[in-house]
Amino acid sequence: MLVDALVDAIRLAVTRIPEDTVEALQRAYKTEESEIARFNLQNILKAIEIGRKRSIPVCQDTGTLTFFVRVGVESPFLKELEGAIIEAVRKATLEVPLRPNSVDPLTGRNSGDNTGDGVPVIHWELTEGNEIEVAVFPKGGGSENCSALAMLTPGEGWEGLKHFVVERVRTCGGKPCPPVIIGVGVGGGADYSLKLAKRALLGKVGERNIDKRIARIEEELLEEINSLGIGPMGMGGKTTALDVKIEVVHRHPASFPIGLVVQCWANRRAFLRISPDGRVDVWQ
Amino acid sequence: MAVRLRTPLSGEEVLKLKAGDVVHLSGEIVTARDSAHRKILSLPPEELPFNPRGAVIYHCGPVVKKTPGGWEVVSAGPTTSARMNRYLNGILSLGIRGIIGKGGMNPEPFKGQAVYFAFTGGAGSLAAESIKRVKAVHWLDELGIPEALWVLEVEDFSVVVAIDAHGSSLYR
Repeated sequence: MLVDALVDAIRLAVTRIPEDTVEALQRAYKTEESEIARFNLQNILKAIEIGRKRSIPVCQDTGTLTFFVRVGVESPFLKELEGAIIEAVRKATLEVPLRPNSVDPLTGRNSGDNTGDGVPVIHWELTEGNEIEVAVFPKGGGSENCSALAMLTPGEGWEGLKHFVVERVRTCGGKPCPPVIIGVGVGGGADYSLKLAKRALLGKVGERNIDKRIARIEEELLEEINSLGIGPMGMGGKTTALDVKIEVVHRHPASFPIGLVVQCWANRRAFLRISPDGRVDVWQ
Repeated sequence: MAVRLRTPLSGEEVLKLKAGDVVHLSGEIVTARDSAHRKILSLPPEELPFNPRGAVIYHCGPVVKKTPGGWEVVSAGPTTSARMNRYLNGILSLGIRGIIGKGGMNPEPFKGQAVYFAFTGGAGSLAAESIKRVKAVHWLDELGIPEALWVLEVEDFSVVVAIDAHGSSLYR
């Protein structure tokens, strides 16, 4: 039962692009004037519609299956959760279907079912209580390849962050399937800043950081990125990014780590909550 | 300008195309990504499982479903072409006239001989509607589903000439 609910959430994520993202893409279509930008945005909106109607993956790169799990230590499902996630990934690969995207780094051999050493990727977080929350995040390779880490000096600080993010988006051009969503993580060390950046992408497009100072930096970055002119698929236009999301934790006094994770317009995500009585809610 | 073309493409047809043209492509296209490119270039041309003269390569790793009669393509948009820049000279020297992908490539090697077509990245469900059937699949056991060579029959696959054979490119 838990496995089936997880399969449902994976299917939802890859076949239905969330409403907040679709609305942002529709706004972009209205804003763009160039023929080529409109061609690409129209194809995007058509593909989303086909995915939703026929319940098929919108993008053929159904990604590396990534899960952010927040587990209440008193949940009766704690012990079976990892096994259920792995089984759900295998089942979804056959049933949805998904593209098998897990290959041996030495031989290139495809495992065929989206599992392997360390895959699916599961980020665990323990918390109080008896509920489990799972975020399903199938992450495409083209956008992931544009991710980056910068270990700035504190002197470079937030101005340095802006420069780093904008230059990275410029260099990547059409490669990550723009319009993109940019996740930025600040602080915590090299590894943690990247994890924060990825987790930041779970939020809704248009949702601002609750800290007004950070919210302002998100907005400034979005404006600057959209003035680059890269446009949908890198072929020119006003819409290079749909949103910029920043998450912050404390940093070492000598370090200013910045994780940058790029998400494509096919912003796939789904969530599920497992109550202690076994009830499961799935949403986007 | 919008034109209808059928594969294999001739040099003359390719030279007429200009960056920005929309092409409704029909006929056979062959998918190839990183591993398939390495394998194609490691073999003598006469041992390739497809005829490269005038062929169109599609940078794509599809989602497929096994059916009683063979395979069905479920979703099949383009992958990032820049990864294949390192094989571009070798691939074009085989006589390939068109490459479909996303994100663009080095324009220089296309000059005088071939074009780069762009389809919208991520729009795999839409691309699949133009794919009428899987004619064959090669190297599946060795390379796996995403990297195998899928020979696809397409009808009116609407792509944009993003890099033409005269050095013009739509990429910023």
